[in-house]
Amino acid sequence: MTAYMENAQSWRYQAHSAFVILKKNILLYYLKPPVLIFGVLFPVFFFLAFKMGRPIAPEDIVPGMVAMAVWFTASAVGPLVTPWERRAKTYERLIAAPVSLQAILAGDVLSGLLFGACLSVIPVILGLILTDASIHNVLFLIMGIALGAVSFSSLGVLLAAPPASSPSNIMLLSNLVRLPLLFVSGIFLPIAEMPFWARWIAPVSPLSYAQDMIRISFGQEGYFPVWLSPLMLIGFTAVLMWGAHKFHRQWRAKGL
Amino acid sequence: MVKDQANIIEVEGLSKAFGKLTAVNHVSFAVRRGELFGFLGPNGAGKTTTVRMLTGVLEPSGGTATIQGHDIRSESLLSRAHLAVVPEEANVYLDLSPWQNIMLMAELHSMPRKQRIHNALELLDSLGLADRKHQKARTLSKGFRQRLMLCAALVTEPEILFLDEPTSGLDVQSARLIRRIVQEMNLKGLTVFLTTHNMEEAEKMCSRLAIINNGQISAIDTPRRLHSAMRSQQFVEVRFLGEPLPTLELQSLPGVSSLDSTGSTIRLYTETPGRTAAEIACLAKSKTLEIEHLCTRKPSLEAVFLYFTDQNKKEPAQ
Repeated sequence: MTAYMENAQSWRYQAHSAFVILKKNILLYYLKPPVLIFGVLFPVFFFLAFKMGRPIAPEDIVPGMVAMAVWFTASAVGPLVTPWERRAKTYERLIAAPVSLQAILAGDVLSGLLFGACLSVIPVILGLILTDASIHNVLFLIMGIALGAVSFSSLGVLLAAPPASSPSNIMLLSNLVRLPLLFVSGIFLPIAEMPFWARWIAPVSPLSYAQDMIRISFGQEGYFPVWLSPLMLIGFTAVLMWGAHKFHRQWRAKGL
Repeated sequence: MVKDQANIIEVEGLSKAFGKLTAVNHVSFAVRRGELFGFLGPNGAGKTTTVRMLTGVLEPSGGTATIQGHDIRSESLLSRAHLAVVPEEANVYLDLSPWQNIMLMAELHSMPRKQRIHNALELLDSLGLADRKHQKARTLSKGFRQRLMLCAALVTEPEILFLDEPTSGLDVQSARLIRRIVQEMNLKGLTVFLTTHNMEEAEKMCSRLAIINNGQISAIDTPRRLHSAMRSQQFVEVRFLGEPLPTLELQSLPGVSSLDSTGSTIRLYTETPGRTAAEIACLAKSKTLEIEHLCTRKPSLEAVFLYFTDQNKKEPAQ
């Protein structure tokens, strides 16, 4: 008997498996058209639609654009990977391997996190070069992007749980969730300036807290207490991961 | 359930229901270490569902099973660490190369780098994929994709290999190569669980066969014993040169239960074909008739399969 086979239950073995899944996702899905369309083109078009013809100082909208880029990119990978693999029946190969569901989901979340974190650098650099925006708190910016990306990626993985015959159905579902939240999370208008009803909804969106942290890091005024946003993003990640695990497991038990 | 060290797979009362449909109903069997075990059944009998439960893809609704002593439910990861699967449909990652596909599976089994590279090179060579290892799997034919699946399964050095219709719809070369490699690995100690529709494949390759029908095991034994379970379906075939023996005389030979003829060939059904053949020879000699053709025949495995999967069968199983 080969020794490594009997280590399958160890956390180290499963952590290694999660990184193998991350590597596979990078090779297979980062350049897939749905990821590029919903993850990269969407925020660019939203930016142009919001900015063009409006008297807003460009540096004022940089934090919102960074948060929006993280939101779309980090949450774009999850809804693609699982439905795509279910359709191609490659998902069964992962299940039949000695890899826990937690490790599969962790690999998918890491894929979204890395994709979101890497692509968010582009609006940050463009904002710094092309506008008068400047970073006042680097640590808070990194934390805002990283914690935001991990919670948005977890949301993407949760949205991928329902069985669907085509990945486009899941992409549609994910946009039904992502687009409305975009408008109530202080991206285009600071939360304090949003209508009363929207200010009530803003706290239930993880995007609100991420954009608040990024806004503060660029020296703008935040809406939530500084200590609250990181905690809320960690909380959102925990709840979304718990939900993702529960629903993925439920559907898997039914063989779907 | 008594754990037998000789058994690498032990299944006890395994069931799976999808809503009101019971796909697998209290199935029990054991597979011995190093055995090439065949699992036969008509479409929808529960073969693939059983394999999917044993390989961790589906959760059983009831019953238990162990793989290498590990319960498939409570020690699912450990049980899956010892097995590899080649499904009917080659579900390779089409946008990865054969090399990347193989490395992915080896890495998911946490196989040491040196070992996985050594194994992969060896397998790619023996399965005729060495020249294609860096081209996209999308460009491979069905036969080559299935060879790739076998490579990706064997690279992990599993102790049990599940093959679900591995040669279904493949070209002759690929099918023969896959069978040869599987048999060679089996001789080296690999336990093989083979699901197939191909009776010839099952008869040639498997040391024991289980026949599943309507979610339940109908029979389980060696191919030879399954044949003898249909004793009344054994027959003697005879053809005479010139005038044949009268049918009535042949029918009255001891042990002959029935008789039919196709052209000049007469088929005598008997539970003792050797004895009946000797009686025919004696009778022909006494009547100075010349025998052109005389042989004893057992029913084909296909007939055995049909017999065990036919709900209206008349003969009790052995």
